[in-house]
Amino acid sequence: MSNAPGLAIVAGHADFAAGLTSAVEAITGHGDRLVPIQVRGLCGEDIQALLREKLKDSGALVIFTDLQAGSCTMAARRVLREVPGSVLVAGVNLPMLLDFVLSSGTDPVAAATAAAERGRTAVSVHGGPA
Amino acid sequence: MTLVLNRIDDRLIHGQVVVGWGQPLDVHFIVLVDDAVASSEWEQELYRMGVPPEMEVRFLSVSDAAAHLDDYRTEPRAGILLTGDIATMSRLVAVAGVRDVNVGGIHHRAGRVQHLRYVFLTPDEQRALRDLAEQGAVVTAQDVPAARAVPLEELLAAREGG
Repeated sequence: MSNAPGLAIVAGHADFAAGLTSAVEAITGHGDRLVPIQVRGLCGEDIQALLREKLKDSGALVIFTDLQAGSCTMAARRVLREVPGSVLVAGVNLPMLLDFVLSSGTDPVAAATAAAERGRTAVSVHGGPA
Repeated sequence: MTLVLNRIDDRLIHGQVVVGWGQPLDVHFIVLVDDAVASSEWEQELYRMGVPPEMEVRFLSVSDAAAHLDDYRTEPRAGILLTGDIATMSRLVAVAGVRDVNVGGIHHRAGRVQHLRYVFLTPDEQRALRDLAEQGAVVTAQDVPAARAVPLEELLAAREGG
């Protein structure tokens, strides 16, 4: 029996999702736990349709998006209204996804919530005026 | 300042609008004109969530917009007027004095032909854009500030995506 929170969809501008997923694969070998999508040229309704299709095919209950104001985030919020027990995390970064795919818990919402906190605290600034 | 951008974008509020245009133009408010959104608290909350706290979003029906746009044009801060389709912008050109129209995003849908990477139009939508120009509006296509503004005739003649 697998100890993992299941799959997560990653959505964002241009090739953002594919880039992050390839980085996760390079670091952990668990890129297959993510389903990257790109939405270039799609209207909002088509983004929603794509997300519904990917959720159904993958069984994922988690969607990570790149930007709070992004069209993927808007579409995901609409789609996830219809999916009990699901969660959306906007503002994804690489440390967040690494935490998610390495999670040993089986609750996807708990894993996504913990990953979001990990991603939030993984930003640091070094240097500056002398 | 005034309404610095009158944009047609079927994604309404999203990254290009808030960040791509909003930051360089120092935009402090967005006027979103859409009858469906204006009648739905849930939709309004969704769009408010997408903007930073210092940016205000005003939701108006098409009929209400005509009465308010003159006031918004006299505000000291910059704003963006946003519609999700050509028909709504056409009403605002006709009754609310809009003179410059930015085609920012009309995406793929059955029956539409691709003109630019971010503009797909049906024959009726092509005619509607020409009608805007005939009403006196200057119509250009431009998704982000760093891109070139494509004049209407060039937009309508362009074909991409095979």
